[in-house]
Amino acid sequence: MSATDLAMVIIGGLIVTYATRLSFLVLLPAERLPAAIQRALQYAPPAVLAAIILPTVAGDGGPAAAPRWLAASAAALVAWRTGNTWLTILVGMLLLWIGTAWVS
Amino acid sequence: MNAAASTAPPTAGQVFWRGVRDQLPILLGVIPFGLIFGAVAIAEGIPPLAVQAFSVLIFAGSAQFIAAELVGAGTPALVVVLTIFIVNLRHALYSASLAPRLRRLSILWRIPLAWLLTDEAYATSAVYFQRHPVQPVRWYLLGTGLTLWTSWQISTAIGILLGATVPVSWNLSFALPLTFIALITPTLTLRPAWAAAIVGGLTGLALDGLPYGLGLLIGAGAGIAAGFVTDRLGTARDVS
Repeated sequence: MSATDLAMVIIGGLIVTYATRLSFLVLLPAERLPAAIQRALQYAPPAVLAAIILPTVAGDGGPAAAPRWLAASAAALVAWRTGNTWLTILVGMLLLWIGTAWVS
Repeated sequence: MNAAASTAPPTAGQVFWRGVRDQLPILLGVIPFGLIFGAVAIAEGIPPLAVQAFSVLIFAGSAQFIAAELVGAGTPALVVVLTIFIVNLRHALYSASLAPRLRRLSILWRIPLAWLLTDEAYATSAVYFQRHPVQPVRWYLLGTGLTLWTSWQISTAIGILLGATVPVSWNLSFALPLTFIALITPTLTLRPAWAAAIVGGLTGLALDGLPYGLGLLIGAGAGIAAGFVTDRLGTARDVS
């Protein structure tokens, strides 16, 4: 790829990415959206984060996925009971390392 | 932990540093990601300055990875840009989701804050905004976004110079989904939120094979719809 093409990718990537971020904050302010959509959007955080979390935990499947499911489930339990982010990560990573060593 | 219970409202500075602090666990997953991006993009034959420019200007992890691969494969520039757009469409959702809390800000605040709207900044901010309805939340988003942006630049630079210095076998990137679990689980107190998480997660999982991260986008949409419908059903029952 030529330097010009590469510059086009980077500048173009900047423009399209920034456009998505500016969309409802600046370009089309969200208060103009219908009330039903605004109400529905309050469920965006659990919907989006779950849609990121589950495929990441599943990965490509196979035996390597089992420790990730175990670690993620235990982490969810810790988060539920304590609300402590660092403890959640600690328990999750420890179980992931132990589990991965176990299956490999 | 429970800042809402304290009587005096926190100052702008306190909220800013709270944003910085809340981003620290996420860095455990983001920094290895940045290292790998720097190393992978160099391996794809992209010049170091251009690799850093990806991180400085585009500032969107998964889109940068895909773009670097496509550039390495000699894909036409327009196709790469279009791919970046589709992969990053979810940011429009973040933008709409946070807008009600930021709408009173002047445009001079909203323009730079929008630039910091990544997955990670959105995750922490959306949860924080819900818990603290009256705080000066712009400072929170600024703190969390700047922390992330700075870490992303430094880790990309180290990846360019030294390669991926953290062994892949440590699986540190798993800290990212773990942090998201820590953020979202305590907010699942009502039925509509549960419905949004379950439907969003399962749809995202089922459609994971789709290209351009479309599974995430459709999963998020399905989850939001599920939350809304459950909310409406609950309201209908209360009324009758």
